[in-house]
Amino acid sequence: MNRKGWPLWEVFVRAKRGLNHVHVGSLHAPDAEMALRNARDVYTRRQEGVSLWVVPASSITASSPDEKDSFFDPAGDKIYRHPTFYDVPEGVDHL
Amino acid sequence: MLQKGDRSAEMCNKIWYSCAMYGNDFTAPDDRPTDRPTDRPMDRPDEPVENEPIEYEPVGFRAIIDADGRIEPRDAMPDAYRKNLIRQIAQHAHSEIIGMQPESNWISRAPSLRRKAILMAKVQDEAGHGLYLYAAAETLGADRGDLLDMLHSGKQKYSSIFNYPTPTWADMGTIGWLVDGAAIVNQVPLCRCSYGPYARAMVRVCKEESFHQRQGFEILHTLAHGTAAQKEMAQDSVNRWWWPSLMMFGPTDDNSPNSAQSMRWGIKRFSNDELRQRFVDMTVPQAEVLGLTLPDPDLRWNEERGSYDFGEIDFSELFAVIKGNGPCNKQRLAHRVSAHEDGAWAREAADAYAAKRAARTTEAVA
Repeated sequence: MNRKGWPLWEVFVRAKRGLNHVHVGSLHAPDAEMALRNARDVYTRRQEGVSLWVVPASSITASSPDEKDSFFDPAGDKIYRHPTFYDVPEGVDHL
Repeated sequence: MLQKGDRSAEMCNKIWYSCAMYGNDFTAPDDRPTDRPTDRPMDRPDEPVENEPIEYEPVGFRAIIDADGRIEPRDAMPDAYRKNLIRQIAQHAHSEIIGMQPESNWISRAPSLRRKAILMAKVQDEAGHGLYLYAAAETLGADRGDLLDMLHSGKQKYSSIFNYPTPTWADMGTIGWLVDGAAIVNQVPLCRCSYGPYARAMVRVCKEESFHQRQGFEILHTLAHGTAAQKEMAQDSVNRWWWPSLMMFGPTDDNSPNSAQSMRWGIKRFSNDELRQRFVDMTVPQAEVLGLTLPDPDLRWNEERGSYDFGEIDFSELFAVIKGNGPCNKQRLAHRVSAHEDGAWAREAADAYAAKRAARTTEAVA
């Protein structure tokens, strides 16, 4: 019995065509095919999806919450990336 | 939840005996450990929080909680917060899967194909709820296998409500209406609890529970408007489940030592008595529509409070059930353990098949 050997899979569901796959949770399964079948039964019992991804949790590289500030701060002072940064003279439309 | 924290089993070994009422978290008085960080003496329930030992809180944790933000799996969090959540979520998960038993008992005897299909869907939902919750507990570094072992050995408990028997079909209605109804009142605030994966699991669970409650109400409504014998069966069932349902909310506030810390951590949002009152106020008018009575001579509308007054609850029964002396404790656990053992061949077959396919793939590549 290899209970603890079943790897963890992260499950992503596309709710309908035109939308991204979104992470919904995780599950254990012996292989990818079983993971897909289990994901269908656990996460789409009410037609919540038209497409499923299962990804071995061990394959995901994540940013560290400890480095949240130093990692994301560089974008903080670049307000000129937003259109609201610019003054538009009165009377100018469609800009 | 993408990467797990410390998975050492040590973390779970110190978990004390208690009972999760479907997302509520309390225990029988004698089972309370003495080394809990925030346990208050029973005779001093109002002892101010400042006098309790202050748990070390990592930088940022308190700020997130105070801003009503969500803690995510890889954030730093106090050890006690992690342990408490693992215990609460695991016991919530155990309740979901043990809760399959009283109902699956009636699948083969459901009175119509429609009722049978609905009951199967409901029992399948309970399994799904268990899985969402075990997955949420694993994001805290617990291992599902260890948690199941603790359920099977009796180290962790499940909601006492499932230790009552379901002798009649009307009990399928009453479980949906009262038991799932009480669970919803308990669980809706958990959708906003401070731990992200638990809150997200509860959003899914609550959406699905509302079908459970309605189908139960429908069963009772049909029986209550059927023959005299059917109505009597419905009334008898409600009589048996009313008080246990009220006890699902846990001890009264002045006797609930867990609650203060859970509230400080943003896990619990309302007190046991507040939630119980909310449930009573919701349910009494529904009973009137059913044409059934609730077995409490003291139940009456209180104009001044804008709520229903109700009789005193005999908690000695609840604590006896928590300690293992309920009508079905042994049977439920024995059934769970045998289902797990009898299912071993399926898990082994899945392993063998996965290994065979993996070997074939390696061969093909080579």
